[in-house]
Amino acid sequence: MTINAASFRELRLDRLSRDFGTHNALKDVSLTIGKGEFIALLGPSGCGKSTTLNLIAGLLPATGGGIWLDEKRIDPLRPEERGFGMVFQNYALFPHMSVNKNIGFGLKMRGVSKAEIDKRVAEAAALVRLQGQTEKLPGQLSGGQQQRVAIARAIVVEPPLVLMDEPLSNLDAKLRLEMRAEIRRIHNTLGATTIYVTHDQEEALSLADRIVVLRDGQVRQVGTPDELFFRPNHLDVAEFMGFRNKVKGKVASVGDGKATVTVGDAQIGGWARTELAAGAEAFIAIRPEDLHPVAAGLPGLKAQVVSTEFRGREFVGFARMADGTDLSFLAHDKLTPGEAVTLAADADRVLVYGNAA
Amino acid sequence: MSTLTSIPLKQRLAARGYDGLTLLCLPAILFLLALFIYPFLYGLVLSFEPKQGGMFANYQRFFSDSFLYGTIGTTLWLALPVTVATLLLAIPIAFRVRLMKNQRLLTTILVIPITLGTVLVAQGLLNYLGPQGWFNRVLMTAGIISSPVKLLHNYWGVMLSLVITGFPFTFLLTLSYLSGIDPALEQAGATLGAGPWERFKNILFPLLLPGLAITFCLSFVQAFSVFPSAVLLGAPAGPTRVISIAAYQAAFEEYDYSMASAVAMIMGLVQLAIVVVVLAVRGLLYRGPAGGGKG
Repeated sequence: MTINAASFRELRLDRLSRDFGTHNALKDVSLTIGKGEFIALLGPSGCGKSTTLNLIAGLLPATGGGIWLDEKRIDPLRPEERGFGMVFQNYALFPHMSVNKNIGFGLKMRGVSKAEIDKRVAEAAALVRLQGQTEKLPGQLSGGQQQRVAIARAIVVEPPLVLMDEPLSNLDAKLRLEMRAEIRRIHNTLGATTIYVTHDQEEALSLADRIVVLRDGQVRQVGTPDELFFRPNHLDVAEFMGFRNKVKGKVASVGDGKATVTVGDAQIGGWARTELAAGAEAFIAIRPEDLHPVAAGLPGLKAQVVSTEFRGREFVGFARMADGTDLSFLAHDKLTPGEAVTLAADADRVLVYGNAA
Repeated sequence: MSTLTSIPLKQRLAARGYDGLTLLCLPAILFLLALFIYPFLYGLVLSFEPKQGGMFANYQRFFSDSFLYGTIGTTLWLALPVTVATLLLAIPIAFRVRLMKNQRLLTTILVIPITLGTVLVAQGLLNYLGPQGWFNRVLMTAGIISSPVKLLHNYWGVMLSLVITGFPFTFLLTLSYLSGIDPALEQAGATLGAGPWERFKNILFPLLLPGLAITFCLSFVQAFSVFPSAVLLGAPAGPTRVISIAAYQAAFEEYDYSMASAVAMIMGLVQLAIVVVVLAVRGLLYRGPAGGGKG
């Protein structure tokens, strides 16, 4: 395989900002990405993840901060001078060019000889498993095939950095899983450095070496999938990572990295994820799969069952607390709507966040 | 089994896309029949019934008299350069305007000439381009020329007025074709290393070309049927004796409606020939959607 990513040590975003008029799409984002890493930018729509990608690609000018590739400042460069590969959300294939011409476009722009272009295009097409389709126009291909062309076109020039903007969002569920594995395989084969934008935490968790969670144009947390999944350091991140139950209470005691929170008349213990002070308001966060009904009288969250749904192995329950907080939980038995229920989770699976978070 | 084939007529028509709503096409069909098809056929038949001579006498007369057949060349010599000039003018302006946030104001200004009509533009140009007009006075005051440039009652006066009245139409069409090209395609080109010129040459222009061909045809047909400005600003007896003047003279100076119809038919044929050639070339181009994917 002669396709190999060009070498560099690290890409650094230094207090990168972007304003649209008065709206701060991105505020002081700093991040260092090492060669060979697979980084996912994760966040809900409008969090600034695509803006970050466009700033790195050079498609949008930054309004503050800088982008550095090793010792070279690249943010004043135009996109065509940066040489990064980009996969667009809608693929952006040139509709009037054959698959071959699409893939070879970047090489042609770099003045590579015809023979060399043919050879490398064939290699790239083989890498994304597109052999036999290369004389067709993009319009004659399926969504998944178009996606492969877009990836081949971006990587054939051996870019130091491959940028992907929600590349799987236009595919159906089955194809999405298939292409997800494919993207990781290609990343590993090339030893490329990839920045991948997505709003799907499952995609980010399964693909990335490190995940950057963005919210309101700011970095909330950077960490490995494992860190983010089990130890989110912010309530927003926790919610995004599946801690769907968020219950308000008062801190009763703090110590040794743990905290006890009073909710109603119950004392709920959990891991303190932010600075907490006794007596202050706090939120506890629990995944639905960790919250179960317990016998009445045991300490737990008191609520009324709203509904239960059968999910094969167990039931997914929905309940509402007296103050209106909605809870979801797992139960072994079907519960009747209206029934009173006490829900509890293992203290190890409960996270506690201060109110200011 | 006969019951299988006895689906009601109404249902069979509906399956082919004909239902009550189809009747709404009737007014348009009547309109076309009354204002286009009938007059066209009437003129065609009339052109074969000359005042004297055989069926083709009008056509024989047209193609044997250089004063008549010459008008084809004269008109082409005006209409083709005008069409090319308006296109060459419209393309860069459309490329610039497409990037602007407040397109509306500029578009409005550019479109005003359409609303003015050819006669008003011709009147304005008569003053503006005249020997005592602003154009010559400014150039003379600036010392660029010593005597007034003659821009009226010759080829250039007609040419300029046609460019002015034809430009807004060409520009609007070009702009709409250009706006139909997915901006992500240009961005993709840029990330692949293509500079502005390469992006224009390899991506935007090929995708714009089919639209430009249509724009060319429509602008050309408009310019080819020039009449008021050729009379008011040109030299209707000489260099700008266009084909519509020949038809006018046949009809209203010689009162030979049959001959005038023949001239009109020839005029239509020439337009059709150019349009067919352009569309045939267009047929060789990529004409699919100018989008980048399934989106």
